[in-house]
Amino acid sequence: MKRRPELTLGPVYFLWDGPRWRDFHFRIADEAPVERVVIGETVCSKRQHFIEPHLAEVIERLERAGKTVILSSLALVTLEREGRQIRELAEERDHLVEANDLSALGLFAGHAHTVGPLVNVYNGATARLLAARGATRICLPPELPFTSVEKIAADAPDVALEVFAFGRTPLAISARCAHARSKGKIKDNCLFVCGDDPDGLTVKTLDRQPFLSLNGVQTLSHTCQTLLGDLPDLVDAGISSFRLSPQTCDMVAVARLYRDVLDGKRDGADALASLADIYPDAPFSNGFHHAREGAAFIARSRNASG
Amino acid sequence: MELICPAGTPAAFREAVDAGADAVYCGFRDETNARNFPGLNFSREELREAIAYAHARGVETFVALNTFMRAGDEEIWYRAAADAVALGADALILADFGLMAHVAERYPEQRLHVSVQASASNPEAIGFLVEAFNAKRVVLPRTLTVADIARIGKRIPCEMEVFVFGGLCVMAEGRCSLSSYATGKSPNMNGVCSPASHVHYRKDGRDMVSELGDFTINRFPAGEAAGYPTLCKGRFDIADSHAYAFEDPVSLDAMGEIDALRAAGVSALKIEGRQRGKAYVADVVSTLRKALDATPAERERLLARMHGMSEGQKTTTGAYEKRWR
Repeated sequence: MKRRPELTLGPVYFLWDGPRWRDFHFRIADEAPVERVVIGETVCSKRQHFIEPHLAEVIERLERAGKTVILSSLALVTLEREGRQIRELAEERDHLVEANDLSALGLFAGHAHTVGPLVNVYNGATARLLAARGATRICLPPELPFTSVEKIAADAPDVALEVFAFGRTPLAISARCAHARSKGKIKDNCLFVCGDDPDGLTVKTLDRQPFLSLNGVQTLSHTCQTLLGDLPDLVDAGISSFRLSPQTCDMVAVARLYRDVLDGKRDGADALASLADIYPDAPFSNGFHHAREGAAFIARSRNASG
Repeated sequence: MELICPAGTPAAFREAVDAGADAVYCGFRDETNARNFPGLNFSREELREAIAYAHARGVETFVALNTFMRAGDEEIWYRAAADAVALGADALILADFGLMAHVAERYPEQRLHVSVQASASNPEAIGFLVEAFNAKRVVLPRTLTVADIARIGKRIPCEMEVFVFGGLCVMAEGRCSLSSYATGKSPNMNGVCSPASHVHYRKDGRDMVSELGDFTINRFPAGEAAGYPTLCKGRFDIADSHAYAFEDPVSLDAMGEIDALRAAGVSALKIEGRQRGKAYVADVVSTLRKALDATPAERERLLARMHGMSEGQKTTTGAYEKRWR
């Protein structure tokens, strides 16, 4: 029998100042119907100090509210101090940790951990391998089409699988900071200019079509990947949790909407209209899910079979 | 240091061998490798002949199976690995853990190299791949400085290979779905980035506009040569400034760093360019071969010649230099 599908709030990818980050999580703890919350700087190690003073109180508040807290690791690890951070996380025993790069996969092995959407899990063989090394839940890469998701779920039944269901899609990460570069700086003297754009800095084409979104060394989609209409298929395929990636919109309202659709209280098409009101800043996309260009949005046909 | 050279065709392969490659890398004519372009790559028979040609001259052949196995189609990658092993490949260059595990288990004698697409950017990551899959060499991502490489070299139990010349990924390799976002074809699953099938050029007034899928990647006023719309080398509009947001249309030339790379413990230098013609391969390989063996003064003269061969004729030392970040 399938268990009730759950919601995971992903790590805040953007640079929010400490109090904003804290208050956001306090409200999630108090109001959002999510089972687990992933916290911790994931994109740029230079930002760590913004949230560090608030980590303990946020963890406490979330746990008191019954949420499972998972500590995120960095997506790109090149510097000595970044490597040290991963080694410290590997020693963490009070909370689950989430691996977002290969060093974390290596160091977290042997202890229960989760795997984030920035690790390349494209097939069942890889999912089984990570599960054998201690991964208990894997959030699959956003670019996977449904056909792959379905196949991986069938091939790796012993590991819980999660899908990236809401948020601007993480598309790339670089040693170079395009965000700093766009403001005439480089990574080493960036002055944290990415903090000016808490929902990302829009990259438009020269024909002024919004295309991508910069977040420090990370590049996201301009569109918001939204699988609200595709949840029933994913649940049927065996996906046990859905990840909501924080944007500056009302994430409590987003979580309630996804919860209602998963509980059958609202229908996907109707919920999409509400979602557009909650997060009007970004058009929706679900092209990756439908094996199309990621930027596309494929409306679900009400008469579609199966 | 070894010189590892690209070959997209049997003719380019022979040129690379004759021009002084220590090893040539190539792939099968399908999505099992990251240069899955029309008209490129090797049939099984062509690979058999190429490996024989190379072995007769003391040169090794590395077979790149460096895309990620599409769920449900794993057999395509498993068969490619089985054939490459049977044909006598000296190393397989792999990116997918599932495929690495398969090769390590089925063909424990086969030498396994970690592709740049695996994005193993630190000692712990590399240690993991050595421990889990018995990897003998790692091709380092183009995200590291020379100092980073030297630091890594001291702490890993395998060889390091680095890119020194040719195309340059701006993003961490194997972790980029920008092209997939615009075209639906995934570099990781389909082996193509900014594929020609999705490229269009159109005139707009006096401008030439280049597009990838539905997105404008660049706009060239009359008189400026219209380059290929590789997504991360496009010009975009950010807060009303028009610029190359990620990287200029440059290519990598780090041959000036070879002494530092040798001192850092690098055992092999890699040239990008399986999509390039045989004349280019012959010219670049023979020049770099001479440069590797030359005195510093002589090397400078040789390398000056190389600039004319680079893509767009503009070069960068990329992440090897800290300020690139």
